[in-house]
Amino acid sequence: MNHFFSRLAVLLLGCWLLVGSAQAQQPVPALTARVMDQSGTLAPEARSALDAKLATFEKDSGSQIVVLLVATTQPEDIAAYTFRVADSWKIGRKTVGDGVLMVVAVQDRRVRIEVARTLEGAIPDLAAKRVIDEAITPRFRQGDYAGGIGSGLDQLMGLVRGEALPAPIAASTSSKGPLNSFFGMNLSDLLIFLLVAVPIVGAVAKSILGSRLGSVATGAVAGWIAFNMTASVLIGGLVGLGAVFVALLFALGAQHGGRGGGSGGFGGGLGGSGGFGGRSSGGFGGRGGGFSSGGGGSFGGGGASGGW
Amino acid sequence: MKRWFLVISAALALSGCGYNDFQSLDEQTKSAWSEVLNQYQRRADLVPNIVATVKGEAAFEQDTLTKVIEARAKATSIQVTPETLNDPAAFQKFQSAQGELGSALSRLMVVAEQYPTLKANKGFEDLRVQLEGTENRVTVARNRYIQAVQQYNVLSRSFPSNLTAMVFGYKPKEGFTVQNEAAISTPPVVDFNKK
Repeated sequence: MNHFFSRLAVLLLGCWLLVGSAQAQQPVPALTARVMDQSGTLAPEARSALDAKLATFEKDSGSQIVVLLVATTQPEDIAAYTFRVADSWKIGRKTVGDGVLMVVAVQDRRVRIEVARTLEGAIPDLAAKRVIDEAITPRFRQGDYAGGIGSGLDQLMGLVRGEALPAPIAASTSSKGPLNSFFGMNLSDLLIFLLVAVPIVGAVAKSILGSRLGSVATGAVAGWIAFNMTASVLIGGLVGLGAVFVALLFALGAQHGGRGGGSGGFGGGLGGSGGFGGRSSGGFGGRGGGFSSGGGGSFGGGGASGGW
Repeated sequence: MKRWFLVISAALALSGCGYNDFQSLDEQTKSAWSEVLNQYQRRADLVPNIVATVKGEAAFEQDTLTKVIEARAKATSIQVTPETLNDPAAFQKFQSAQGELGSALSRLMVVAEQYPTLKANKGFEDLRVQLEGTENRVTVARNRYIQAVQQYNVLSRSFPSNLTAMVFGYKPKEGFTVQNEAAISTPPVVDFNKK
C-alpha cells in the first residue's frame, strides 16, 4: 500500500506543479462542440451551420474534425498551442484515431491544421499547407472567416474521404471495451486477484474469525481494495460480493476436505466472476447524445500552419 | 507466525514490488526513443533535397551550405544502439550532433529568406513546409521521450520500487537537455547602437 501512497503523492505533486506552470499559457478549453468560437468572430448561425456540416461528415465517414477559434495563443507559438489542445482532446474514433483539429488565432492572424497520425497519409503536411494557402487564408484576408473555414473544411473532408478508413458504426461503438477493461483494470488481473489472493486472505481470516464472519471480512477487504484501485463504489461492491462468494466456496471446499472440493470451488469462482463482468457491461452501454471526442486521436505534430 | 509471514508476503506481492511496471516503462522509453530516432532520420533525409534546391537556385553562401552538409554527415555517422540510452556520454554526443544539424538548417532557412528567386520557388516552399512539419514532430517525439523517462525515473527512485531497481539493476535514464543551457539562461544583450 505504501507504494500506492508514494505514487499518489508524486502524482499530486506533479499535478500541482503543472497547474503552477500552466498559468502563463493559454488554457485548453473544454470540448463542447465541433466548432468552438472563443474569440466571438463567427455569427451564431454561421457557427451552427459549420457545426452541422461537420456533424453530417462524422455521420457519413466516422472521422472527427473540430474547429477552434481563439483570440490569441500568446505567449505560445500556434503549433505548440494546437498540439497541446489536440493532445488533450484526442479527437478521433477510439479504435481508428482519425481526427483533425483546426485552430484559428484571430488576433495573431495565424491558422493551423493539426492532423492525427492515422490521417497523416490522407492529409500530408503539404496538403494541409495547400488547404491553408489556397482555401483558407485568401478569404481570411477579406475578413470572411466563416467562408474561409467552410471551404477549408470542404477540402479537408475531400482528402479524408479519399482515404480507406473503417466505416462508421451507427451505435454502441464501445461494445468490446467494458469486457476487456474494467475502468483501467484488466479482467484477467481481477480474476487473478479474486482466485489467488482471496483464498489466501480468506483462509487466514477464517482461522481467526470463523467461517462465516471470515468470508464476510475477506469480502470487505477485497471490496475496499478494488474500490481504492478503481475509485468506483459499484465495482468495489461487486468485487466484495464476488470475494465473499469465492471465500465461502473455498470454505465449503475446505470443510469437505480433499482436493476435489478445492477444485470445485475454483470452477464456481470462475462462474461467479464471469457473471459480474456481464453485469457491469450492461450498465456501461448507454452513451448520451451530444458531441464528445472519440478519444482515440494520437497526434504526433503532423499538419501545417500559415498566416494571413 | 508462519501464517503472518504468508499474509505479509501475499500483501507485498499484491501491491506489487513494481517489477512489471519496470518492464512496461522500460519498453515505453525504448519505443519513445525509436520515435525520436525515426523523426531525426526523416529530417536527415530531407537535407539532401533542400541543399540541392538551394544550390540550384542560388550559387551563394557556400559556407552555410557546407555547414549543413557537414552537420548532416556528422549526425548520421553516429551509430545509435539501445545501449546509447544507458550511456550518458554517447547520448550527449548524439544529441549535440543533432542539435548542430538543427541549427545549421535553421540558419540556412534564414539566409534563404533573402533570395527572392528561392522564395518564389515552389519546390523550395514545399521542402520548407516538410522541414517545419518534421521539426514539429521531432519536438513532439522528444517530449514524449522526456515524459517516458520521467515516469521511469520516478518509479526507479521512489520507495519501495527503488529496492526492485536496486536488485535488478534498473538505473535512472538520461533525459534530453538543451544543447546550450548556459546561452539560454543568460539574458540576451540588446544593443541598437551598433554601427
